[in-house]
Amino acid sequence: MTDRPIDPDVDLHVPAQRAELHWPVIAVIAAGGALGALARYGAQTALPAGPGEFPWATFLVNVSGCLLIGVLMVVITEVREAHRLVRPFLGVGILGGYTTFSTYVVDVQRAVAAGAPVTGLLYLAATLLAALAAVTAGMWVTRRLAKTRMSAR
Amino acid sequence: MTVLLIVLGAAVGAPLRYLADRAVQARHDTVFPWGTLTVNVFGSALLGFLAALPAGDGVMALAGTGFCGALTTYSTFGYETVRLMEEGARFHAVANAVAGVVAGLGAAYCGLAFAQALAA
Repeated sequence: MTDRPIDPDVDLHVPAQRAELHWPVIAVIAAGGALGALARYGAQTALPAGPGEFPWATFLVNVSGCLLIGVLMVVITEVREAHRLVRPFLGVGILGGYTTFSTYVVDVQRAVAAGAPVTGLLYLAATLLAALAAVTAGMWVTRRLAKTRMSAR
Repeated sequence: MTVLLIVLGAAVGAPLRYLADRAVQARHDTVFPWGTLTVNVFGSALLGFLAALPAGDGVMALAGTGFCGALTTYSTFGYETVRLMEEGARFHAVANAVAGVVAGLGAAYCGLAFAQALAA
């Protein structure tokens, strides 16, 4: 195992994260979570999906959030030392509050209940595959950019 | 009003994910991300329950969009799966993706069944 975390929210294998349980950390997670949830609500209001329709808003929210967590985690674990509140605010708070697993599974459930099981299954698989591809892409692009910048120095 | 309820729900849900994740990890010292699975399953069960009630708009904004939305996470789930793959823990990566989706869906249906049992 490397010393880079597996769980981006908090990984107790990382000594600094084991010791970070303080009020400012909780506060920035709460603030970030609220901002992220509002952004998700904005997307869902802008792109509403009727019963049995493909829930594009939640799909796009989850996939874009996955892209961004890939970028963020590479920046703060491989490229540069970040302030101790950066991961809690941006990663745990904003991106954690922005993306959602509960809406994803209930969207599938709703599609099935609305008599559109194929749409539900398609959404289930497409979100998973696109999300994993987005994390990978975010990490890859960030590593490439960081490497280019390093060698340019 | 809706916005305020979402803010309130999310401001509780997001820190609770962090604290629950810590608490689970403190009890299970493995590479498998049990903490994230736990919050995603719990949040999915609660949202499945609320959606099936059906709850009013205010409750849905506070507890559904705000609390359950911020308690559960796809970015963490996705990142963990990719990182497990990177570390060569291929079985754990696949298990995390499959278990996350299956357990989350199962939990949402448990919530739905519970709501229906209450309504009956």
